[in-house]
This record gives sequence, structure tokens and C-alpha cells, in this order.
Amino acid sequence: MATLHTVNKSPFQTQTLISCLGHAKAGDSILMIEDGVYGAMSDTAMAEVVAGMGADKKLFVLAADVAARGIDAGRVAEGVTSVDYEEFVDMAASCDRVQNWL
Amino acid sequence: MAYDVNGTAVEHDEEGYITNLSDWSQELAGVIAQAEEIEMTDEHWAVVNFLRDYYEEYQIAPAVRVLIKAIKKSMGPEVGNNKYMYELFPYGPAKQACKIAGLPKPTGCV
Amino acid sequence: MSEDGVKKFLYVNRKAPYGTIYAQEALEVVLIGAAFDQDVSLAFLDDGVFQLTKGQDTKGVGLKNFSPTFNALGDYEVTKLYVEQESLDERGLSVDDLQDIQYEDEDDDWAEKPSIIVVSRSQMADVMAEQDVILSF
Repeated sequence: MATLHTVNKSPFQTQTLISCLGHAKAGDSILMIEDGVYGAMSDTAMAEVVAGMGADKKLFVLAADVAARGIDAGRVAEGVTSVDYEEFVDMAASCDRVQNWL
Repeated sequence: MAYDVNGTAVEHDEEGYITNLSDWSQELAGVIAQAEEIEMTDEHWAVVNFLRDYYEEYQIAPAVRVLIKAIKKSMGPEVGNNKYMYELFPYGPAKQACKIAGLPKPTGCV
Repeated sequence: MSEDGVKKFLYVNRKAPYGTIYAQEALEVVLIGAAFDQDVSLAFLDDGVFQLTKGQDTKGVGLKNFSPTFNALGDYEVTKLYVEQESLDERGLSVDDLQDIQYEDEDDDWAEKPSIIVVSRSQMADVMAEQDVILSF
């Protein structure tokens, strides 16, 4: 029954992540990729909102996009799991549907 | 590439669709039909005019099945059926009639 | 997926009409995809609701006004346009600001029926969660 949502925009630039979190169901997975990874950082103006809206969902971030942007792995917020490309593919294959938030 | 309408050149693309939709005229339609080896009858004109009205209203050239269904509804089943429409426009009612009507290639047509 | 092999497709529209090409491309994909006889719905949320406003006039900006094409969707048997109430509210719009898009119901003596279905954010989430395929624009 679960959906994998991907978000590729920074929450400081667009409402995309907030819209995604507002439409995802409890138990859905949300994977932040590309500029979306800025939404996974701790100690930002968005961190509390993301943690609150994401509390009943599973939050993931693509490690390669985090590294590419010079974000220290230690800055990825608590409750957000880092995944590699292989795990991304596995998640896409095992969910019922994928919804890309652009 | 261009059609010749009484000495005036009207540009078209490699498939014969005119480049500038506002270039269309009844005379041009006759010239395009001739290039398509179609003898225009009242029935042909009815379809071409229908397409132009459809484009005016919706800003698209309809796909062939949509065209035939819409013609069936407005002109009746004796015109709005596959067999008759392909008799009028042997190389595809939507494609050929759109070309003659001066519209772009139908959306969803490969 | 239903037993007859028909899948539920949802096209999600979240962008305003003319600032980017997304909206127009989405509509084109919907029209092309309609040839495949699937169960197609469209969703309009966030800035996507701006696509449906009436009175669009693009003459001054040199772009094609594709808003009339929404009225042809019924001919392509695309008859479900879900519009999110919260997205309208946030933008100071009501359903009266949108085009009255209708389709003719073949099974009901061609009666004209509204295609737009206004739903709440949580209903929109339900619509999304029941799809087989979601295409985002």
C-alpha cells in the first residue's frame, strides 16, 4: 500500500517538500535527492517542520547528493536514513508506486 | 518548400503542413488537396470546416478516433464512421484533413 | 490493477501555466496517453490550480493560450479533474474563478456533467494513494 515519494527541490526555494509531506500517507517513504537533500539537514529553519510533518513517515536522503554538496554526514538530521543508489533502486522496486515531486 | 496559390508561395514543412496557420485560405485548401490527390466534395469540406471549428474552440487538432466520434455526433453515423472517413481521406482522416484545413499535425499522431 | 488490465493513471499538475513549459507538456502527454484506454485522472494542486483559471489571454506575451484545450479532455474520455480546495484557498481563488470544464456522458444520453471535482488535501492524498501510476509535472 505504500508510496515512495522523491523530492528534488530545496525547501528553502520551493514548497515542494512541504506539499509532499502534506500529501504522503503515514508509513510512506520520502527520499530527498539532488537539492532536496537540504531538507534533511539538522539545525535549519526547516528542520523542525520536516521532523514534525515527517514523524509518521520514513525519511531518507541520498548519500551521494549529500556528499556532493559538502554537507557533513553528521549534519543529516536525526530520524533521516542515508541510502546509496542501490538501496534507492530497491526501495523503488518494492513499493506500490513512486511519486516524484518536482 | 511551399505551395503555389495563384502565384503566391505558402510555406509548408517536410510533411506538407503549412508553417503559418494564418496563411490558410479556401484556395490554399484546394491546392493542398490537389497535392494530396483528393477531389474536394461537399463532404470533404464539411470535415475540413469541422476541424477548423474544433481547432478554433479547443486549440488542438483532434486525434483520429476523437474526430470520428465528434463527427458522428454532429453529422450523424453515416458520415462519422471509420470506413466512410477513410474513403474521403485515404491516407488518414485526421492527418490529411488537418493538412488541408491548415492545422498542425494532430496531437498524438506519430 | 483491475482485472481487465486497465491501470489507474494520475497526472499531477503543480506548476502555473506560462512560467515554465511543464503545464503545456503535461496536457500534451495526457492527450497522447489517452489513446491507451486507461483510467486517467488529473490532479491540480499548489500552483497547478492556476492552470484552470478562466479568462486567460496570452496575446500580449507571445505564448499559445492552451487553456481552451482543457475543454477537449472530455472528447478524449478524460473526465476526472481533481482540484485541491486548500490550494485554491491559499491563492485567494474559488471554484468560480476556474473554467467550467464539462464532459458529455455517453452512457447518459450525452448529458453534460462537470469534470472538475474539488477535494480537500486529505482527499487528494487518498486519490494519490489509490493509483497504479503517478506522473508528475
